[in-house]
Amino acid sequence: MTSKRELEIYLHIPFCVKKCFYCDFLSAPADEETRTAYLEALMREVRERAGDYRNYRVVSVFVGGGTPSAVSEELMAKLLKTLREGFEIAPDAEITIEVNPNTADKEKLYCYRESGVNRLSIGLQSADDGELAAIGRVHTFAQFLETYQNARDCGFSNVNVDVMSALPGQTVEKYLHTLDAVLTLKVPPEHISSYSLILEEGTRLYEMVSQGKLCLPDEESDRRMYELTGRILKKAGYARYEISNYAKEGFECRHNCGYWTRREYLGLGVGAASLIGNHRFKNNDSLQEYLKDPLGQRIEEQELSVKEEMEEFMFLGLRLTKGVSADRFMQLFGRELEEIYGAVIARYTKAGLLRYKNEGKGERRLALTARGMDVCNTVMAEFLL
Amino acid sequence: MAAIDQGRIRNFCIIAHIDHGKSTLADRIIEKTGLLTSREMQDQVLDNMDLERERGITIKSQAVRTVYRAKDGEEYIFNLIDTPGHVDFNYEVSRSLAACDGAVLVVDAAQGIEAQTLANVYLALDHNLDVFPVINKIDLPSADPRRVIDEIEDVIGIEAQDAPLISAKNGIGIEDVLEQIVAKIPAPSGDPESPLQALIFDSLYDPYKGVIIFCRIMEGRVKKGTKIRMMATGAKEEVVEVGYFGAGQFIPCEELCAGMVGYLTASIKNVKDTAVGDTVTDDERPCAEPLAGYKKVQSMVYCGMYPADGAKYPDLRDALEKLQLNDASLNYEPETSIALGFGFRCGFLGLLHLEIIQERLEREYNLDLVTTAPGVVYKVHKTNGEVTELTNPSNLPDPSEIDYMEEPVVSAEIMVTSEFIGPIMELCQQRRGRYLGMEYIEGVRALLKYELPLNEIIYDFFDALKSRSRGYASFDYDIKGYEESKLVKLDILINHEEVDALSFIVHADSAYERGRKMCEKLKDEIPRHLFEIPIQAAVGGKIIARETVKAMRKDVLAKCYGGDITRKKKLLEKQKEGKKRMRQVGSVEIPQKAFMSVLKLDDK
Repeated sequence: MTSKRELEIYLHIPFCVKKCFYCDFLSAPADEETRTAYLEALMREVRERAGDYRNYRVVSVFVGGGTPSAVSEELMAKLLKTLREGFEIAPDAEITIEVNPNTADKEKLYCYRESGVNRLSIGLQSADDGELAAIGRVHTFAQFLETYQNARDCGFSNVNVDVMSALPGQTVEKYLHTLDAVLTLKVPPEHISSYSLILEEGTRLYEMVSQGKLCLPDEESDRRMYELTGRILKKAGYARYEISNYAKEGFECRHNCGYWTRREYLGLGVGAASLIGNHRFKNNDSLQEYLKDPLGQRIEEQELSVKEEMEEFMFLGLRLTKGVSADRFMQLFGRELEEIYGAVIARYTKAGLLRYKNEGKGERRLALTARGMDVCNTVMAEFLL
Repeated sequence: MAAIDQGRIRNFCIIAHIDHGKSTLADRIIEKTGLLTSREMQDQVLDNMDLERERGITIKSQAVRTVYRAKDGEEYIFNLIDTPGHVDFNYEVSRSLAACDGAVLVVDAAQGIEAQTLANVYLALDHNLDVFPVINKIDLPSADPRRVIDEIEDVIGIEAQDAPLISAKNGIGIEDVLEQIVAKIPAPSGDPESPLQALIFDSLYDPYKGVIIFCRIMEGRVKKGTKIRMMATGAKEEVVEVGYFGAGQFIPCEELCAGMVGYLTASIKNVKDTAVGDTVTDDERPCAEPLAGYKKVQSMVYCGMYPADGAKYPDLRDALEKLQLNDASLNYEPETSIALGFGFRCGFLGLLHLEIIQERLEREYNLDLVTTAPGVVYKVHKTNGEVTELTNPSNLPDPSEIDYMEEPVVSAEIMVTSEFIGPIMELCQQRRGRYLGMEYIEGVRALLKYELPLNEIIYDFFDALKSRSRGYASFDYDIKGYEESKLVKLDILINHEEVDALSFIVHADSAYERGRKMCEKLKDEIPRHLFEIPIQAAVGGKIIARETVKAMRKDVLAKCYGGDITRKKKLLEKQKEGKKRMRQVGSVEIPQKAFMSVLKLDDK
């Protein structure tokens, strides 16, 4: 059945042990009962929706949160089993689960493995316990080491570690120490995400910084951390393939790349977003509502116009270091890239923020330069028509 | 309609300092004279523009005719002529006063006499009006009618012992006011058989009737078919309709005779032809002389107005055209700015007038505007003997061609309680004021007299005055004339490019200070770009101040959560939307409000 369409599935787990100060995602601590009820509801959504996707083969699954590992391994195993019963999962599908230190012991990780999970994403954020406390993380570096070792012991051979730069009180040196700590692990991770902290309004951290209780590194240091990340990781054998993501060859996160290349994906769970065909929709953010009726939560049903598809093609694709393909643009929309975006491209190539890349067969690609990545919002906004 | 006995007509106005209750008293008079039922009463019948109500200021003078049955059993016709309450409209006030025979002076029982009270009373006395006082707001806890009565007698010198003590708001004492109007305001004089001589005190453009002229018939008569001529503008037309003013409506009648106040229409297309203060006469039997006091209205304040969206230029032009139909004191001519594109240089009576027009353009015509800093009209004396009027700083000739420059100066009167005299004098000093003198009024209050350059008071003087006196100072001024002054053009360079729309004329001694503040302000207003932006102030090519907007280094959405692309797109859209409201100067995007930032440079 090679004619089946490829699909990615995202499962949202809106629970965590404690909300981190910088987090503006849909997540909060909850009791055992709520977690169970939610997983039941989620499994119901999985079962009920599955029928609509008979023509699809699932090429990646991502269980994100929140902290999915805050949920018991039995429930998680049941969820993944339900998923497999409803959907056709490709044998080589990438199946990732997000894990936080101090929430996953060996048993849990082993159970994930048994359920077919083949990629782990571990949230370290910093190797400095002081920094971890400052942003409200509930674990220490030592606990990360333990979780990481457990993962390797359980046979996970595709592991991502999340780190963060531009944290409150963080110096360039301290950040480099974190990077170094990750790179000198006995078996270093295959994938590293390094996010430069974005202060989001409404978060606890935002409040603390506004009140002057915490101080963020200046922009100069922030950019220096970002630059050094690229350089150091490159030396260590990781290539940057997206604004914040670095991987050893062949270990790029397939699921996330799907978002940037507009592969179809189905988001299940509270607040989860989907793109099917040229329809974007998502579930409502209310946990209470979701528990009552997991199937009745779809909002923002939107049919993308050609114009909107072009916009997405550009501002999503440009997140990737390889950028967007001009040929593909032509194929999809029947128009030359330059016919639509000539002026913007000219302006920003001249400013050194965009450049053309000619890959292998002479395929013309347009990508952000390193400097362009720093200010990508400014550039991407111009690709809105 | 039978001829009305002149002896039963009372043409009067109400004068007051702002907020002393003029409009409320007008409402009560209309109510008590019973032309309208309470239900028909809008809260403030005379102010029928939304804008006026919100600002609490009467902009256009209007008139209303009511019938009062007095205690002597006779019916009297009251023509109440409303006057604008702001110094910007002093000329209009003077013409409205000229249409009256007397004035009711409203004074707040708590606040007593204020700067505008005096200015208005003197204006009324200048027009030989009989003025009688009314003490309003007597029900306020802080009311002190005795003190205010003494103050009126001492300071103004008019009899006030039997002034009605009223509360217009609560309808107390209104009968008393009505009786005094009958008793103290003289009936009009004038001979209905003389050649027509009518004073235009306002006009209004109506899309169906054309211009509606508000007038007071001084001599003679006018009716449908009379061929009239405006003596100053020379416009001639045949009268189509005459009538008087019901509350909020026009009521046609047979004819208007000497002593009456009413309106006439004559298929006139433009209010420019019916200038306030002009005399209407019978073209076939003209009067010998026009009425005294006509002045051509002159714009005192100019600014550039540009559509935020360049494509809306024709809309702006249409809107200005329409507004001008109703507002002869609004001037405009097309101009082009390198920074702002196509727009208009507009002339106004004053800053309030400017703000009102700006708001009307934005509100009634849905236009998004960029307005440049307002300036006054300077006189440039060139070395070749030529004298030009400068309304746009960009047009200042090369300094080598300038012999000297003059700027308009006003005589200002500021009423303030004695504790604030110090700070107010300091403010006037800062604004290059020339101290003329001070008079104490019953011990605790003083009337400060200054000469001030108009360009020092048009921006934020009133705000500064209020903030330095905890809101107690009141202020009034009159244009005195032109004086030679050491003026320079201050230019602003953004990223080394001169931004014409930000240039302004300033006194040489304040150039450095203003330039520095302007740079600081712009530094805050201009968002960071991908490159560093120097902001410089220069006089005659010499840089006198500089600030720098640092380059933007980081503008990233690091994480894109769970494929929620819509959320990310909204963020980008917001960013793009913000950019739309910017003006591109060279490679720099300048927010529209930055062009107004020169207005708010006062530190306090």
